[in-house]
Amino acid sequence: MRFFRLVFAQLLRKKVRTTLTIGSFTVALFLYGLLVTIRIAFLGGADVAGVDRLNVINKTSLIMPLPISYRDRIASVTGVTGVTYATWFGGVYQDEKNFFPQFAVDKDTWFDVYSEYRVAKDQREAYMRDRQACLVGRGLAKRFGFKVGDRLPLRGTIWPGPWEFNVAGIYDGSRPDVDTTQLLFRFDYLEERRQFGKGTVGWYVLKLANPDDAVTISKKIDDLFANSPYETLTQTEKAFATSFAKQMGNVQFLVMTIGSVVFFTLLLVTGNTMAIAVRERTGELAVLKTIGFPDLGVLSLILAESVLIAGQGGIIGLLLAKLFTLGGDPTRGLLGTFYLPWSSVGVGFALALGVGVVAGFLPAVSAMRLRVVDALRRV
Amino acid sequence: MVKVDGRGNGDSLVRARNLDKRYQRGSEEIHVLQGLNLDVERGEFVAFMGPSGSGKTTLLNLLGGLDVPTSGTISVAGDEISNMASSKLTAWRARHVGFIFQMYNLIPVLTAFGNVELPLLLTRLSKAERRRHVEAALGIVGLADRMDHFPRQLSGGQEQRVAIARAIVADPTFLLCDEPTGDLDRKSAEEIMDLIDRLVHEHGKTVLMVTHDPRAAERAHAVLHLDKGVLVEGRGTGA
Repeated sequence: MRFFRLVFAQLLRKKVRTTLTIGSFTVALFLYGLLVTIRIAFLGGADVAGVDRLNVINKTSLIMPLPISYRDRIASVTGVTGVTYATWFGGVYQDEKNFFPQFAVDKDTWFDVYSEYRVAKDQREAYMRDRQACLVGRGLAKRFGFKVGDRLPLRGTIWPGPWEFNVAGIYDGSRPDVDTTQLLFRFDYLEERRQFGKGTVGWYVLKLANPDDAVTISKKIDDLFANSPYETLTQTEKAFATSFAKQMGNVQFLVMTIGSVVFFTLLLVTGNTMAIAVRERTGELAVLKTIGFPDLGVLSLILAESVLIAGQGGIIGLLLAKLFTLGGDPTRGLLGTFYLPWSSVGVGFALALGVGVVAGFLPAVSAMRLRVVDALRRV
Repeated sequence: MVKVDGRGNGDSLVRARNLDKRYQRGSEEIHVLQGLNLDVERGEFVAFMGPSGSGKTTLLNLLGGLDVPTSGTISVAGDEISNMASSKLTAWRARHVGFIFQMYNLIPVLTAFGNVELPLLLTRLSKAERRRHVEAALGIVGLADRMDHFPRQLSGGQEQRVAIARAIVADPTFLLCDEPTGDLDRKSAEEIMDLIDRLVHEHGKTVLMVTHDPRAAERAHAVLHLDKGVLVEGRGTGA
């Protein structure tokens, strides 16, 4: 602490330069916060995917159906404690730009398998009573202003024609990263009205008694339907969610690439700033060493300066990003989730400090190696 | 009594024997100091004079532990410093040497107080103790009322006085002054020399000073001339 004033005073030497460098960190870490938020929005499903759930899809493609008769055979596999199913509906609400996911799900088993979805008891009961009922996520309801009791019309694209639903309830997630931008409606309503594909489902989701049995059970199920017209591919829900998200492009790669470029640029900017700062202060550093500051002490002073700049900029940028995400999804619900977890804020802060250390390292080493006699001669 | 013949008694505070310093500049070897001997007793005030390039500053750097001799030995207050490891030498400097430079070399972003406090940051003194020491040092140089001023708010003479306060605040064994009046006008130079005089006579400090200024040298107990790397006896030296 006794050296803090010395380090802090050096930051005030060139106020504009320090402010701009802190500003670079602020912008970079704000961007980091947004990238993490977007990554979670796209891959959040993969991150929150239950480790005790498996998805069974048609081996040929996710868009190919599976017979509904598979349900009982899957449920009979030892270690499977629950089975539910869903089908992608692909309806349009008013205009195609108002995209949101809609799934026809089994009303009796869906919420047993997806225990992280929370619906009020009376709303759940209303959903069970009405064949045309649907449940909308809190985010989706907010985006379009849906309320319980609303009549919600969709234009079918896979199964053409007008489809009408009654909003029976609004579901929330037990965690902030649960996707609440979906519409869930009863599979029996789809089955009753659709013109083709009757007796099939999009995919099955099953719950395991023991997550450690995932590999064995996957193989058992796939073996069960081998050489049939509808062979299956059973995978963890995380793998399923990732492949689902990849249909929109490799978001993870994109985010990582942008993030890496931003941090590398930041490293160069800060490294350059610190190198200039050390060069300008050669004489003063020599004086410090003359009066007895040890080499490691001088190294620490420069590193502390660099880390202090990084820390200040980092914390401002991350808090701004957090505030921004608290303001709500700017796409008005297009993204599944829009939140920046505190754990990611912590990781970002650690990254900023890391960049500060790396950027300050070479200038700090050159300051440490400074020969007092040579430096004083240049003063 | 200052001696340069290598026959000083064992009580010398500063003792140099057969001091040699050579530099390599390209293919040319420069022999800056040649077999130099020196004995300075505690409480003495010695001035080194000589033309530019005669090795005055090199000698000061060697005595202050900022540089190491090519050969020969230096001991200060019983510590043999010529072969000391770099880290030990740094700690030794902090404890034993107060440096005063021609260009003051204050840290511009620190106040007078902050500059004077710097050597004390390396000690175990508490904040309150450091404050007491800094106030005392600034009091000695007559700048107690300027402790919150930054170097840019002080005159050249005042800056040098702050530098002197920084040099004495940790109560070093001796002071090394490299042209302390070289950047000052006559009046300020006289004030600085009065101050150094007081440090010697009232506070018992040992001072080794390099100077080009004969008036400054007049204040010293002994004046030694360096010529082509060899110390020549001058006023106040003895066999």
